[in-house]
Amino acid sequence: MSEVRERRGMTRRELLSRSVAAGAAFVVGSGWVAGSDAAWAMEVTHLKPETMATLIQMARDIYPHDHVPDQFYAIAVKGYDAADRAEMVEAGIAALNAAAQGRGFPSYLDTGWERDRVEILRGMENGSFFQTVRGGLVTGLYNQKEVWPLFGYEGESFSQGGYIDRGFNDINWL
Amino acid sequence: MVAKFELTDDSVVVIIGTGAGGGVLANELAQRGVKVVALEAGGRYFPEDYINDEWESFGQLAWVDPRTTSGDWRVAKDFSGLPAWIVKAVGGTTIHWAGASIRFQDHEWKALSTYGPVQGASLLDWPIDAAEMAPWYELAETKLGVTRTGGREGLPGNNNYLVFEKGAKALGYKEVHTGRMAINSAEYDDRLACQQTGFCFQGCKWGAKWSAAYTDIPRGEATGNLEVRDRCHAARILHNDAGKVTGVEYFDPDGNLQFQAARVVCVAGNSFESPRILLNSASSMFPDGLANSSGQVGRNYMRHTTGSVYAVFDKPVRMWRGTTMAGIIQDEARHDPSRGFVGGYELETLSLGLPFMAAFLDPGAWGREFTTALDAYERMAGMWIVGEDMPQETNRVTLNHDVKDKFGLPVVNVHFSDHPNDIAMRNHAYRQGAAIYEAVGATRTFPTPPYPSTHNLGTNRMSENPRDGVVNRWGQTHDIPNLFVSDGSVFTTGAAENPTLTIVALAIRQADHIAGELSRGNL
Repeated sequence: MSEVRERRGMTRRELLSRSVAAGAAFVVGSGWVAGSDAAWAMEVTHLKPETMATLIQMARDIYPHDHVPDQFYAIAVKGYDAADRAEMVEAGIAALNAAAQGRGFPSYLDTGWERDRVEILRGMENGSFFQTVRGGLVTGLYNQKEVWPLFGYEGESFSQGGYIDRGFNDINWL
Repeated sequence: MVAKFELTDDSVVVIIGTGAGGGVLANELAQRGVKVVALEAGGRYFPEDYINDEWESFGQLAWVDPRTTSGDWRVAKDFSGLPAWIVKAVGGTTIHWAGASIRFQDHEWKALSTYGPVQGASLLDWPIDAAEMAPWYELAETKLGVTRTGGREGLPGNNNYLVFEKGAKALGYKEVHTGRMAINSAEYDDRLACQQTGFCFQGCKWGAKWSAAYTDIPRGEATGNLEVRDRCHAARILHNDAGKVTGVEYFDPDGNLQFQAARVVCVAGNSFESPRILLNSASSMFPDGLANSSGQVGRNYMRHTTGSVYAVFDKPVRMWRGTTMAGIIQDEARHDPSRGFVGGYELETLSLGLPFMAAFLDPGAWGREFTTALDAYERMAGMWIVGEDMPQETNRVTLNHDVKDKFGLPVVNVHFSDHPNDIAMRNHAYRQGAAIYEAVGATRTFPTPPYPSTHNLGTNRMSENPRDGVVNRWGQTHDIPNLFVSDGSVFTTGAAENPTLTIVALAIRQADHIAGELSRGNL
């Protein structure tokens, strides 16, 4: 959460007044990407904001969890906004958009159905860009401590004395 | 009180590695008055240092120096640089191990005689048997405080176990319990009882699980006979013109090459590093590496036939709560060729945290088939398969001269392909594992592929005949009388059981032998 901030200070109207839509889920402005609900926003320095928005959508389509908000996917791919990775990412997202256009969609973000986006991804899943993004998400997404409670995972228990008195054998439906 | 020996002191026994083999051997020798220098590549960590976070702990403890892989095993594809999940630290993989401590079955010491020749397998009988090992097993169980032995109570079953037990009993399995574990069910040997904290694989912060890191190593040091040099990476074993080893060259913590003289050298760096050191010590007298006149150094690499079965239910399980592996079904461990394979397998409870589940449930998978499984993480139960795999001469550890470590030493390549017997056994275990969970209402099951290996065995195997293996019944190399191997690489065959208890029993026995031979003037 360090780099992706909650935008409590800006109303949805204010945000939208300075932005353009990027697909249904995101809005972008000069040097930033935000959720369409204005719940979070992220500065981007090295990537085009549209590229980052597409990358966040790609991350969700690779590991879709409907109960995990976009901001966690944004955090997971934030590290690609770096000088030494921007060229690789811009090229990868350009190829993704080209593949979408080859299937008759305006862009990857404007491909409405997940099943169509997944087909586009299937077409590039053996390539290095896809594998880099997918591999990075395994830790980038699932190793966020803030994500764990959304899956029920409790993390460490040593600080609370373990589960010896807190339900290590509390299953009640067997 | 902690000893400090001169580099030129050629009266010491040098042990390379401080895990279940080397760490125990070091203490057992020190207790018998033998002076020991133990070289450990990793650093020193105690329970207060252990981190109950899977990836952070992996970064602290795992051996991640470069290695390469080949063969048709899936690990070579999914984790090509990480063939093993083992520890680089004082105490070695006894920090990470689950604690499962079961003896070989009697017939498993005689695999070739029991199973008969198996095409493509280099099966052999151990030169020792169950009767000879029984007293050493008892000493090992007492040292480790193994539950359900010596009058010690079993651990209580956690949620993951209760699901596993109910399914097992529904299928008619009889030998089902919370395991014989080197995890205290009550205070024992100045160590606390298990607090059901989970994270057994990340080092037990209570010290309830036995680890050489905080038992044998400090106790050996307290005798004044043991000096442990941590962050010292053994490079090469040197020898004289008479063909006896004279000491060990190693890189000290500053990266400077040192030479420690020795009367006896014991190699206990696990099944990758031990053959690596022997092969890297090749000389004009021993051009194929030390102790390798048989050509068997590095061959017959075994990793157990493993895999996992995870299952999803319609109600919560919370498998991560409590002891990670306190649950076992032993009915399938028997040798019964009517199942379509020789040897047998154990089924043991296992859980992973969410981060490792994402990495290991189905490596490389993506999309909703994968993510809906993780969505059900809270409703998931899990078990691990551990069965006897077939030794094969072509499954082997070799030096990869194209890849060097930070010291400029060639790294190992680990080549492994399943034997058809391994595949038949794994498929049988996947079916039984799924059936166990379906019997208690699982809505979905996952036959999960093997993780990077934790049981690494056989690459310096024990044999009666010097032609067939690297070491004799004492772990002494056939070729060089004052060179011993003291870890799981001496395993002639792997049996179905988790190997640590057997490694510890062999190390205690070897210490007794070496101390005796030293006092008799034979070494």
